[in-house]
Amino acid sequence: MPLNRQPNLTDPDGFYEELINAQRGLSDEQAQLMNAKLILVLANHIGDRAVLREALAVARPLGVDAAG
Amino acid sequence: MQKTYTYPQFEYHQSAEQREGRVARHPVVVIGAGPIGLTAALECAHRGLPVVILDDNNTVSIGSRAVCYAKRPLEVWDRLGLGEGFVERGVSWKVGRVFHREEQVYQFDLLPEPHHKMPAMINLQQYYLEEAMVAACGRSELVDLRWKHKLLAISQADDVATLTVETPDGVFQMEADWVIACDGANSDTRRMVDGQFTGQFFQDRFLIADVVMQAEFPTERWFWFDPPFHRGAVRPDGFRMPTSVLLHKQADNVWRIDFQLGWDSDPEEEKKPEKVIPRIQAMLGPNAQFELEWVSVYQFACRRVDNLRYGRVIFAGDAAHQVSPFGARGANTGVQDIDNLIWKLKLVLDGQAPPALVDSYHEERAFAADDNLLNSTRSTDFITPKSAASLRMRDAVLELARSEPFARPLVNSGRLSTPTPYVNSSLNTADAEDFAGKMRPGTNCADAPVLTNGQPGWFLNALNAQHTPGQAGDFILLVWGDGPAEPIRVGGVTARVLRVGRDLQDSAGVLTQRYDARPGTVYLIRPDQHVAARWRRFDAEQATAALRRCLAL
Repeated sequence: MPLNRQPNLTDPDGFYEELINAQRGLSDEQAQLMNAKLILVLANHIGDRAVLREALAVARPLGVDAAG
Repeated sequence: MQKTYTYPQFEYHQSAEQREGRVARHPVVVIGAGPIGLTAALECAHRGLPVVILDDNNTVSIGSRAVCYAKRPLEVWDRLGLGEGFVERGVSWKVGRVFHREEQVYQFDLLPEPHHKMPAMINLQQYYLEEAMVAACGRSELVDLRWKHKLLAISQADDVATLTVETPDGVFQMEADWVIACDGANSDTRRMVDGQFTGQFFQDRFLIADVVMQAEFPTERWFWFDPPFHRGAVRPDGFRMPTSVLLHKQADNVWRIDFQLGWDSDPEEEKKPEKVIPRIQAMLGPNAQFELEWVSVYQFACRRVDNLRYGRVIFAGDAAHQVSPFGARGANTGVQDIDNLIWKLKLVLDGQAPPALVDSYHEERAFAADDNLLNSTRSTDFITPKSAASLRMRDAVLELARSEPFARPLVNSGRLSTPTPYVNSSLNTADAEDFAGKMRPGTNCADAPVLTNGQPGWFLNALNAQHTPGQAGDFILLVWGDGPAEPIRVGGVTARVLRVGRDLQDSAGVLTQRYDARPGTVYLIRPDQHVAARWRRFDAEQATAALRRCLAL
């Protein structure tokens, strides 16, 4: 199954609030560590390397060349 | 400084050829009497090749250096009659612990697969290994081990290399059909033939110390990421340099401690006892009693020579490929180079295979070296993250691994070295029938318990017992059951039939299971105990074609 690039969250505003709230009270460094952990947790849940590869490409900052 | 080991001083002897001032031609000359060169010499003798081995020094490795030896090299040494002694002398370990800062992240048990003669890994000081191999060379009539012989130059013609060698008696020349360069990562031989040795350099420096202690530590492998007793320096940009420490036990209560130092550390300064001892004391605690045996600082690179053969000069071990120390890939992969090379050289020297067979050495072992380099680079990138972002990702893995089983396989403190199957080798005959399991063509034969003549033994030993002294080694047709099968011949090379159920009994059923065999199944096995081809029933024409292919004919 390819990466789902269409809306898939039933309550987008609610989820975004939850995401931001989850990092309340954290320093930048702590928040970044949490983001890194979150990536790993979700990547493991997805498991499919092809999907993850697509996601990595989609997430790369705009205006930067694709990873080599 | 060494308390537990006295370095032997081997005697220099002037060779007859130097004394008599004649240029002698030798089939094989090995450069360097380290673990790989000594293995090469013994393997040559095992296959009936007279061999001269030159070393510019006259003792064994100073310091323990290589520590971990894995199953496949132990199996190769077992073929040479040394494996059991190494296992007995060495330290076996199964449990590893990983720490991050103050906390244990998790522990693991290697749970080695049962039913192999050799363990997954032993720890043993390199000097013990070399000393045993030097003694074995002394017992062999085919090995001429010459100390204090320094190679100065090599020139090559089509079918011969001329070596200029310096001894305490002056300079002389010798000729060789083949030269095996086992003179390490800084190989002079490689420089002499202008071999291209390229790859990635790492800035990190490591301090390795051998200490003797009657420690209460169990015989386990302990690895710390950013340990509290050895924090990294903070760079001007605020980035705290990652550090790691490894504690590993060797024989005689000698413990290896491996400290990762900062990029800008001064190796000479760090090696001083007044600098090393407080580091170790901080790690072991104020009450620990220990004595320092040996200290070294090293920096490493991951690189490979572009071609493992330059004319008549063949590279093996660190002279051919240099890896990071994580995962014990240096000496282990070097021994497998030799496993791969010598039977081919012997067949070519005997005129039974074309020189193209020697080229398959580069094909197979460069493939294995690249696999090792990949694994080693991956470990290095985990252990020594190069940016704040990758350090954060690494720390995220370590934090998660404390409670989340999914994160533990991502923790990479060095992976156990295992042989790389030569899956794409031109010597293989591809499967035409369905087989399950790991024994596809190009793979080293898995061991299994068997009965021979009613006595319990091991499959690999049974293969070794088929070896004809003085020969390159025999190809074996391993046949299950008593269906039709006959020996096959290509020129002077024979593949003999070894029957499961007659010549050896698969008492535990493990052999049959590991090779996914049924009655009638046939494996063609190379002299280096690798699978060349396999079928569900014997067919003389197919088997002969596979043998020809495996001889590069």
